[in-house]
Amino acid sequence: MDNAVDPDGAEMQNAKITGWGKCLPPASLSNDDLAQIVDTSDEWITTRTGIKERRICHVDVSDMAAVAAQHALAAAGLEATDLDLVIVGTCTGDSTIPSTASKVQEIIGATGCAAMDLNAACSGFIYGLVVGTNMIRAGTNSRVLVIGAEKLSYHLNFADRSTCVLFGDGAGAVVLEPADSETGVLATELGLDGTARSLLEIPVSGTQGERRPPDPETAGITMNGPEVFRRAVTTMGDAAVRVVEKSGLTLDDVDLLIPHQANTRIIDATARRLRLDRDKVFINIGSYGNTSAATIPVALAEAIEQDRITPGDVIVFAAFGAGLSWAAATVRWGDRVTPVATSDAALPPTDRTAMELIQPNIDFFGLGAR
Amino acid sequence: MDRSAVAERLEEVLVTELGLDADKITEEANFEEDLEVDSLGVVELLMALEDEFGVQIPDEEAENIGTVGQAIDLVYGKLES
Repeated sequence: MDNAVDPDGAEMQNAKITGWGKCLPPASLSNDDLAQIVDTSDEWITTRTGIKERRICHVDVSDMAAVAAQHALAAAGLEATDLDLVIVGTCTGDSTIPSTASKVQEIIGATGCAAMDLNAACSGFIYGLVVGTNMIRAGTNSRVLVIGAEKLSYHLNFADRSTCVLFGDGAGAVVLEPADSETGVLATELGLDGTARSLLEIPVSGTQGERRPPDPETAGITMNGPEVFRRAVTTMGDAAVRVVEKSGLTLDDVDLLIPHQANTRIIDATARRLRLDRDKVFINIGSYGNTSAATIPVALAEAIEQDRITPGDVIVFAAFGAGLSWAAATVRWGDRVTPVATSDAALPPTDRTAMELIQPNIDFFGLGAR
Repeated sequence: MDRSAVAERLEEVLVTELGLDADKITEEANFEEDLEVDSLGVVELLMALEDEFGVQIPDEEAENIGTVGQAIDLVYGKLES
């Protein structure tokens, strides 16, 4: 269903983004901080990834998700009780039983509505956007909250300098509501190549195999960087081109690409495949690193704050992640780029520094040779 | 396309897509040692060559690319066959 037209030719209801919000925890870990404990440097990290600092969360994923959600609800002019579905895209949830979505629903006070977690790793937000959109198109839901929220810092192994510099914590959220077929989500693509699942993984992170004690050798993130890089550019770029074509548009019609923020060089290579100038690409990876499912909704909220989106703009979202999953969507923005209302929701303050917050990881995983 | 035409286009890709210094590019120049291309840069190089010349360069063949001249030979060989 690419153009929201049913087989009989009748116009179907579409879904559009009516609210947006973000939550970044206050503690920041800079490249120079990392260089004190890891054999790396600001220059090495910056040239290879574009990352300058990342945030480290002092509370839980659900806390960040709830704050982002409250901003998104205010921007949409809705109350939590108006929601009929909450989707939390995350691969670092508070708990698996019950879902992280149940905690978010409790915190924001959306008691009673459907709520679920969705794990497509870094593609999780777009996966959630597509599920929420199609629930609205199907007519079963009309006020959907889609969140991308992650606390990847929990898994960071500071003995592995190739991965520990890449990731950070954060959350972003959008509210989806019904729209006419001309605005909102125009075309989407979701995909995954399970044969490549070992290229980016936490080797032991679930119930696979027999119960055994936590082992620093298998509890951290491992990645084949060059191979993930190559596949990321190809799959994300190709999916982005296809959703533009499926929307009946050309690449010249794209006003803004909001890509998953994993690596500036992946973003640049993707933009080249789309023949897009850099001023049509939103990049904030320098401030936050890779926050997995949170990167795109956080970037969207910041793009709006920075007046990078105007009514009627064509926006392309594109992501890839562990799985290896990929996802892309084209959205024609509606007529409102200002929030209906604002929220003062915020995380509880903390005096703890990022270095203090990562000490439990250092205690568990140790540090590499320097 | 003859080899010199491949060389010319490949060297242009190195400048425009990888941002390498045109003055340092010779057939003998080693990507990692002389041109300071890092591990991700090698991946970017392969993708740029695949895009530019419409060829496929599997990883096992990519490992043989050390110098600019070797890259030219690889692409030229693929276009010939």
